Amino acid sequence: MNIHAIRAIYKFEMSRTGRTLMQSIVSPVISTSLYFIVFGSAIGSRIAEVDGIGYGAFIVPGLIMLTLLTQSVSNASFGIYFPKFTGTIYELLSAPVSYFEIVVSYVGAAATKSIILGTIILITSAFFVPLRIAHPLWMLFFLVLTSFTFSLLGFIIGVWADGFEKLQFVPLLIITPLTFLGGSFYSINMLPPFWQTVSLFNPVVYLISGFRWSFYEIADVNLGVSLLMIAIFLGVSLAVVAWIFKTGYRIKN
Amino acid sequence: MQTIISISKLSKTYSSGFQALKNVNLEIRRGEIFALLGPNGAGKTTLIGTVCGIIRPTDGTVNIDGHDIIADYRATRSLVGLVPQELTTDAFESVWNTVSFSRGLFGKAPNPAHIEKVLKDLSLWNKKDNKIMTLSGGMKRRLLIAKALSHEPKILFLDEPTAGVDVELRRDMWNLVRVLRASGVTIILTTHYIDEAEEMADRIGVINKGEIIVVEEKIELMRKLGKKQLTLHLQDSLGRIPDALANYQLELANQGTDLIYTYDAQREKTGIEPLLQDLTKVGVKFKDLQTKQSSLEDIFVSLVRNVS
Repeated sequence: MNIHAIRAIYKFEMSRTGRTLMQSIVSPVISTSLYFIVFGSAIGSRIAEVDGIGYGAFIVPGLIMLTLLTQSVSNASFGIYFPKFTGTIYELLSAPVSYFEIVVSYVGAAATKSIILGTIILITSAFFVPLRIAHPLWMLFFLVLTSFTFSLLGFIIGVWADGFEKLQFVPLLIITPLTFLGGSFYSINMLPPFWQTVSLFNPVVYLISGFRWSFYEIADVNLGVSLLMIAIFLGVSLAVVAWIFKTGYRIKN
Repeated sequence: MQTIISISKLSKTYSSGFQALKNVNLEIRRGEIFALLGPNGAGKTTLIGTVCGIIRPTDGTVNIDGHDIIADYRATRSLVGLVPQELTTDAFESVWNTVSFSRGLFGKAPNPAHIEKVLKDLSLWNKKDNKIMTLSGGMKRRLLIAKALSHEPKILFLDEPTAGVDVELRRDMWNLVRVLRASGVTIILTTHYIDEAEEMADRIGVINKGEIIVVEEKIELMRKLGKKQLTLHLQDSLGRIPDALANYQLELANQGTDLIYTYDAQREKTGIEPLLQDLTKVGVKFKDLQTKQSSLEDIFVSLVRNVS
């Protein structure tokens, strides 16, 4: 195992976060605060409670998940796409580094950033609404696993993308709508039956539901199903990454 | 001399169908400076990229210091440093950080003293905290060399190392390459500047259309393929070469005022003496003369043209 390489890539990626502090940390925190003001105060004043939880507190897991998903995908995709774009990937490909080490370091760094962001948003939300976390370990488990899984997805997108437009395509046009429609700001039980059924085809519903359960012990779907869905997502992402490295898809000629 | 890189039957065909390398066989000796020459698109960068692990070979094998580049990639890649042709750098990173990153990437523990030495050797020490985007083109080129040397490689690939750098920097780089060779590093360089190969290389390889067409000691190559020419500047111009001189390899140039005789300098009898006697006989007088040895550039152009 090339520990020095893992450390070098991880440190390099984390230092990029430091250089782009406004974009990496401050911007999502401001966005989340705005969500609290718009959804929590403006809309929340018309919805007293959802499943016995105050609306402001109810949307906290969804808001964290929204940031986790979009930031994990963005950070990881940019992390691997940028060396491709600048041409510095030659160094990575000519180094004595295994595919596993490359994935661990890039995905690890992206997931770390997401976890830090999730934690910051959690702390920020405590200033706006009364928070309680019924199952802290489960909450941490969902936080970490979701970050890693979507960072893997981001890594795949970064490898697939051959331009900045494609890099933005999945986070903006797929992940964000799925998260908004996945129960970030409402319980899917509030929807008409037809749309409840449609929502069950949205994988993000299961992530948000499981994560919300760890806070308030309320869920749109069974916890076991949520865990199964995230395991499937992780498995598929790992399989795609393994295929990318086996074939050299868009990395190696 | 012991072989450090052994390339056997190496072929590369890209997905577009373009065959960049065709059954290449090549051995690089430990501690030598090997210059790989070839016109644009000849396959130089593909060959280097394949040896370094950036490009997957379609067929054939490459061994570095006895290790296969695919089966034992960790061992082979840790021995190799690569300076790419393009100035590819992380614009926002500092000089120190990017060189330290390269060392870590190649599996070496941090060693600030070594990084400091490399940066000082390449006159980059006073720029160590600067962002790469603030460096000049020449400095970026040196930075790429610093990155390649950060993990103390035994083999250094320099792909067009002096492209776009000024004369002074070229000389500095040549000196650096000589110092590296003296420390035991094997150097393989590709270049468009034939004089660079002539100045530096121990051996020359010429690649054209994906095939190695010649590999030879530089001195031997110039001896074997080099020609010598005697140019006579005539007092009066000639319309054509007199019939009495038809047995000599002569040509007229410069509107008939120069008579050029091409001969093999290695032969015992060059034919100059009888030529001069025959010129006197037919009444052709000259006011001056000069001889010229063909350069490596002439040899290279002639080789590539013959194959084409």
